[in-house]
Amino acid sequence: MTATLLKEASPPPVAMADRRRRARRRGRVIALAFVFPALLLLGALVVYPVLFSVGRSFFDASGTRFVGGDNYTEMFRDPATLKAVRNTAIWVVVAPALLTGLGLILAVLVEKVRWATAFKLLLFMPMAVSFLAAGIIFRLAYDEDPDKGVLNAAVVSVHDAFKGTSSYPTARARDGQGLTKGADGSYGTTAAASPGHTVDLGLVGILPKDLPQGARPAYPAAAQQAAVDEIRGVAYLDFTRGGGGQQGKVDRQESGLPEMKVEAVRDGKTVASTTTADDGSFRFQGLGSGSYTVRLPASNFAPPYQGVSWLGPALVTPAIIGAYLWIWTGFAMVLIGAGLAALPRDALEAARIDGANEWQIFRRITVPLLGPVLTVVFVTLVINVMKVFDLVYIIAPGPVQEDATVLATQMWLVSFGGGNNQGLGSALGVLLLLLVIPAMVFNVRRFRGSQR
Amino acid sequence: MNALRRGLGNSLVQAFLVVVGLVWLTPLAGLFVSSLRSAQDTAKGGWWTALKSPGQLSFDNYSALLGNSGMTRAFWNTVLISVPATFLVVVLAALAGYAFAWLDFPGREPLFLLVVALLVVPVQIGLLPVAKLFGQLGLFGTIPGVVLFHVSYGLPFAIFLLRNYFAEMPREMLEAARMDGGTEWRIFTRLVLPVGRPAIASLAIFQFLWVWNDMLVALLFADSSSQPLTVELQSQIRQFGSNIDVLAPGAFLSLVVPVVVFFAFQRHFVQGVMAGSVK
Repeated sequence: MTATLLKEASPPPVAMADRRRRARRRGRVIALAFVFPALLLLGALVVYPVLFSVGRSFFDASGTRFVGGDNYTEMFRDPATLKAVRNTAIWVVVAPALLTGLGLILAVLVEKVRWATAFKLLLFMPMAVSFLAAGIIFRLAYDEDPDKGVLNAAVVSVHDAFKGTSSYPTARARDGQGLTKGADGSYGTTAAASPGHTVDLGLVGILPKDLPQGARPAYPAAAQQAAVDEIRGVAYLDFTRGGGGQQGKVDRQESGLPEMKVEAVRDGKTVASTTTADDGSFRFQGLGSGSYTVRLPASNFAPPYQGVSWLGPALVTPAIIGAYLWIWTGFAMVLIGAGLAALPRDALEAARIDGANEWQIFRRITVPLLGPVLTVVFVTLVINVMKVFDLVYIIAPGPVQEDATVLATQMWLVSFGGGNNQGLGSALGVLLLLLVIPAMVFNVRRFRGSQR
Repeated sequence: MNALRRGLGNSLVQAFLVVVGLVWLTPLAGLFVSSLRSAQDTAKGGWWTALKSPGQLSFDNYSALLGNSGMTRAFWNTVLISVPATFLVVVLAALAGYAFAWLDFPGREPLFLLVVALLVVPVQIGLLPVAKLFGQLGLFGTIPGVVLFHVSYGLPFAIFLLRNYFAEMPREMLEAARMDGGTEWRIFTRLVLPVGRPAIASLAIFQFLWVWNDMLVALLFADSSSQPLTVELQSQIRQFGSNIDVLAPGAFLSLVVPVVVFFAFQRHFVQGVMAGSVK
């Protein structure tokens, strides 16, 4: 009964199958309409270019002659591209390892303070900053002139705090006025001096404005007599402002030279050394009788320490990696921190109760349990580091570009920046693609695994 | 004793982190202070000397920048590139992501695996062929050209993210909506998009940031009338040292927008960057 009713109510089987098929076809058309715009763009601007580049990489610069694998061998023969390959290798080896390590340390430490969130925000913020802006920021920080670059200003002030500054890089003695220049740049008295004598060391070539603050006239000190067992004297600027002074004599207005190192030398050996006072005076007491040379060592006249040439050929790659660390450390720290928060609390607690110290917990429990997270961070960074472009392009000054070049910048230079060899450029692009293929395979595998 | 040692260790940790924080802040502070100094002051001494004589700081460089037509046009170009590129990626990826997650069509599985594979394709490989293609289509040197390139290379990650998010939706929810006779379009706009809002927000922020900060793509595809701020500033790098009063405020202007976005949408921002880092 019910069966007949149903039969009557439902349409004939053929028509029903037809309608279902039509509905399914309609569904497919709708689905294709949903994906079509995205697939069109992907096909035209991503998939086709990949295939085109692969093909193009087998042709010469102008694209007319098939050259087989020549572009790929050329890559490892041409010094510029070889340099790029080497630098990219340095980047890949150094940057991800440093970042993962730094991120791990900071992620563990930041959990111990109450302002963890603020700290994380601060370190993560550079991720919002463009490589261009970061490049300008670090170009500024790395400036070689210690009066411009903050990093060299810091380096120079640390250096000077430990080693002292030389105060008189431009000073020199007049010829034939009692001082003879040594081979190393020092000045020694031409005539020998013996205890009981005074020695006046006159120098010129110092602008009055370059005199240290607190320098006082040398005249009063120069007038003092030496005791029997001492040599004393003044180092002074042998120049009277406005003229009128006498060369080789300490005139009334002439300034002493403070902070100058002075040595007493006997038979080629330094037996005493001292530093001049504000009025340029110095004294060596308790000297045995004999003849001495009073010497101003070369360090008084050394050019001032100028700091490190961060953006010179030798250090430019480490310097740019430093800028990269500034950008990405927050990323590593936050990702590792998320992994840290997901660690089983009881494992850590148990270890603590067993009396393990913080270091043992870190070494034996935290790091091994974080293994997978650390791998993800490391791999992600490797992929990103291989494509680094803007930072190198911006930070390395023009003449140093070729020392800092990496695959991505070299690809740009070869294809568009004057090289105009699109065959070699395509080959470099394909090399970049080949380098990320392991990551591609990893992604596809992981995705398929997650679908089962 | 143990507590004492722990207390001491903790203050050491605090001190260390404070130092690290200062190291992180200093370069940015340097840029900002430099951007407020005149060219003459910059030539005389480093930016830190200005901290002792704050009188030399002023916003003159910024007003000069706003009066510089090249810079202001570049700023608007950046906006005109970033906003459509973000919007289009979100729309196209949401449509495709929904289809890949819930609709049936031939080739669905292999096509999605292709999208996953395209995640890590470097933009470098597309530069040359797309430049030729755009040259034929008349898109080279135009804002739409730059936008299309960004959309295409943003799509794999965007589709991947949204498809995975949409796939988590309960099947019953969608079936109920279909039973009620909703068309796919209605379901998409009324149900899928609202449910997917968190993922869409993260994606939009990530994509916006990516495009706003891009220099490489625009360096090739934009000409002098369509170039964004990054390229405009890059063209001045050659005279670095003599034009810090232009470069520093320009760089600061270009980074202030993403940094504001960062502080306004911290959570989505972090999620977006984390998810997008596979790119």
